[in-house]
Amino acid sequence: VAIELFAITEQPLDGGALQQAVQTPGDGAVVLFTGVVRDNFDGRSTDHLVYEAYAELAVPVLRQIAGEAQGRWEIGNVAVHHRVGRLEIGETAVIVAVAAPHRHAAFEAAEFIMDRIKEVAPIWKREQWADGEAEWIGDEKMRRGAGD
Amino acid sequence: MHITVRFFAIHRDIVGQPEITVNVPEGTTMGQLWQRLSDEYPALQPATRSIMYAHNQSYADPSDVLHDGDEAAFIPPVSGG
Repeated sequence: VAIELFAITEQPLDGGALQQAVQTPGDGAVVLFTGVVRDNFDGRSTDHLVYEAYAELAVPVLRQIAGEAQGRWEIGNVAVHHRVGRLEIGETAVIVAVAAPHRHAAFEAAEFIMDRIKEVAPIWKREQWADGEAEWIGDEKMRRGAGD
Repeated sequence: MHITVRFFAIHRDIVGQPEITVNVPEGTTMGQLWQRLSDEYPALQPATRSIMYAHNQSYADPSDVLHDGDEAAFIPPVSGG
């Protein structure tokens, strides 16, 4: 069964499967970016995160972002999977896979794709703080330290 | 005409439902629908300057005109990744 290149899923993410999905014989590099759940934000302890997405819009937006990257860099296939639901500390929330003949383009494109996801993909995280409070995070790109 | 409105994240908490159906006059735009919803749910009003509009599962302009059976969504600031 062929794996979808762009997906919103409640299932654990598999970087190896995404690498296989994007890699072709002409590629000399595959960059896999893995975004994982951190145990704090600016020192405030996080218990877990809950992600939610407007999947019917998010999947085409992810595909469009990949197309933008393919227009700007010499890269081949791109895949992006984003998880939704409750994620514990250390679990993988997002994987971006970029295949390319040469590595520089793949690194730059992967970073661009993550930046665009944080700007426009209709996906939200709810931070459940260890102190018992919880809040939906908005405008991730404006949060200090975001992007990693 | 009937429009399905989907709510996500903070907006879903405010409205208390992930989806509602509203009956609006012919010619209603996305922006006018948001205005009506934020009158009905005043806690939505502060979001007006930061939302993105989605019409039939594509990003759209507030001036987009709705048609019977359409799906509208108002996207609060995103925080994926």
